[in-house]
Amino acid sequence: MDGLAHQFIAGIATGGIYASVALALVMIYQATHHVNFAQGEMATFSTFIALTLIQAGLPYWVAFVLTVVVSFALGVAIERVLMRPVQHAPVLTHVGVFIGLLLIVGNLTGWVFGYTTKVFPSPFESEGLLFGGLVSGHELGSTVVTLAVLLLVYLFFRHTTLGLAMRAAAYNPASSRLVGIRVGWMLALGWGLAAAVGAVAGMMVAPVVFLDPTMMLGILLYAFAGALLGGIDNPMGAVVGGFAVGVLENLAGAYVVGTELKLTVALAIIIGVLVVRPSGLFGRVVLSRV
Amino acid sequence: MSATEEVPAVPVLVQAPPRSAMATWQRGALVLLGLAAALAPIFVLESFQLFQLTMAVIMALAVLGLNIVTGYNGQISLGHGAFYAVGAYATAILMSHGDWSFWATLPVSAAVCAGLGYAVGFPALRLGGLYLALTTFSLAVAVPQILKHRAIEDWTGGVQGLFLVKPDPPSWLPLDADQWMYLVALGVSAVLFLLSWNLIRSRVGRALMAIRDNPTAAEAMGMDTATLKTRAFAVSAMVTGIAGSLGAVVIEFVAPDSFGFGVSISLFVGMVVGGVASIAGSIFGGLFVLFVPNIAEEISKAAPGVIYGAILILFLFLLPDGFAGLLRRLAARWRDRAAR
Repeated sequence: MDGLAHQFIAGIATGGIYASVALALVMIYQATHHVNFAQGEMATFSTFIALTLIQAGLPYWVAFVLTVVVSFALGVAIERVLMRPVQHAPVLTHVGVFIGLLLIVGNLTGWVFGYTTKVFPSPFESEGLLFGGLVSGHELGSTVVTLAVLLLVYLFFRHTTLGLAMRAAAYNPASSRLVGIRVGWMLALGWGLAAAVGAVAGMMVAPVVFLDPTMMLGILLYAFAGALLGGIDNPMGAVVGGFAVGVLENLAGAYVVGTELKLTVALAIIIGVLVVRPSGLFGRVVLSRV
Repeated sequence: MSATEEVPAVPVLVQAPPRSAMATWQRGALVLLGLAAALAPIFVLESFQLFQLTMAVIMALAVLGLNIVTGYNGQISLGHGAFYAVGAYATAILMSHGDWSFWATLPVSAAVCAGLGYAVGFPALRLGGLYLALTTFSLAVAVPQILKHRAIEDWTGGVQGLFLVKPDPPSWLPLDADQWMYLVALGVSAVLFLLSWNLIRSRVGRALMAIRDNPTAAEAMGMDTATLKTRAFAVSAMVTGIAGSLGAVVIEFVAPDSFGFGVSISLFVGMVVGGVASIAGSIFGGLFVLFVPNIAEEISKAAPGVIYGAILILFLFLLPDGFAGLLRRLAARWRDRAAR
């Protein structure tokens, strides 16, 4: 029974990571109607930056903040340079640019930082287990950080003028432009925010799965599964979906299919949601008139 | 009365450019020339170069499969490597466990891949654009794991994979196995290219493109979009799967890790660079997929992937209709100048 409880809690901890990447996906979707395939690779790149800063002697939390800022800037820059010229192009072009970005960022990471698997430090004391052996310090800490990020993002979108402007720009670009919102910059901000949230997720997951250039590939798919499960247009749904996928994945990995089929679980969830309930658990059902 | 007088005169019919005014003997000569160019490598190239060219032909066929569903029908698939893998494994399993001849495995592999394509095409109906891309992408990522799984290890050979042997050339042909495989790949591909060409230029092909360009209008005109889309997926998966079968016998080996999502991405890049929605573009795509990684490696030993990605983005920005589109425009300009 203890094993089950621990699997459950470990699932919530990894679920938190999926939830934050899922949130980044949903956010970028709401702000730009893009699903960025390179999100995972960008997060890995950011995590390597963090490692470099830590190895250069900076304290963990200074490196953490610096990494988030740099990632934000990189996200904005990528939107400005790569996405803006093709914003009116067909979806196929967008997919192509994402794939190109994935190849470039993914290979650049390996090229610059090396392909060896590295240990990434955790800021939370991980000696021994807390609460009667149920949860490790890092699991607890990373869940708290994830929840804090989710809360911050929620507050930003609900209670600040800029957040309102970003939502407006995504919802109705033409009217937003008429009331003076700089829609183009809102898109860039959306990319920056998503990159920053991705970076946090990368730094939280790296101590668990170890850091190497392909670290985030599976995580991106789980996050996508979580986003779909919760409803791709609902940020809270994405968070709940992310946690649910984390628990499901851990339980299925431990008791049903074994670790080697974990990625297939993501595929099964994606296809299952799409066939049974395409709008997800909390998504708006979109009726289209034909 | 005056109103009728204002009706403009019947416009002079614009004459179609004399494009197809090629004499029969000229066409015949072109076909012969093309055939000679396709067969020449058998006698000219070294064994390894011929192997590479064979793989390029096979890649072209796989890109053609992707082009049918993504280029012509607008359903973005990033998972065609999965169908390629399934085709390869179908042939490998039948040949090494069942001692089937290569030719007998082709229809089975085609049927299995078409069935799988149909199955993937069904949930794909629920998804537009990016989601379909991401779902098929997850299929591509999951495939090596599924192939490695213990439950089917007896059939797939697990991580070690399966070895198989190239079919021998018929004894009346003075060719070795490599040369024969090139001919086989070329022949199978030529037939499938011809069939695809006819499919795209038929009523069904026009319907596929209509669904891509304006689904609402297509449905209003009475096209059964759901049926057409799932069948397009099935045909597309079948073509790519047959390419996988050919690839398996040419390499004489299949293993899970050679069918990672890199294959799917290569096919996608090949399609974009060769020319989206272009049959001829698929041929350029196949050549690109096979030869450019080598060239990229020569430019920079450290990061061929970076160059590969950069080429993809450059093509999307500068030549969105790919290499085939570039040739088409150059030819049009040349024809204009010749007509003047």
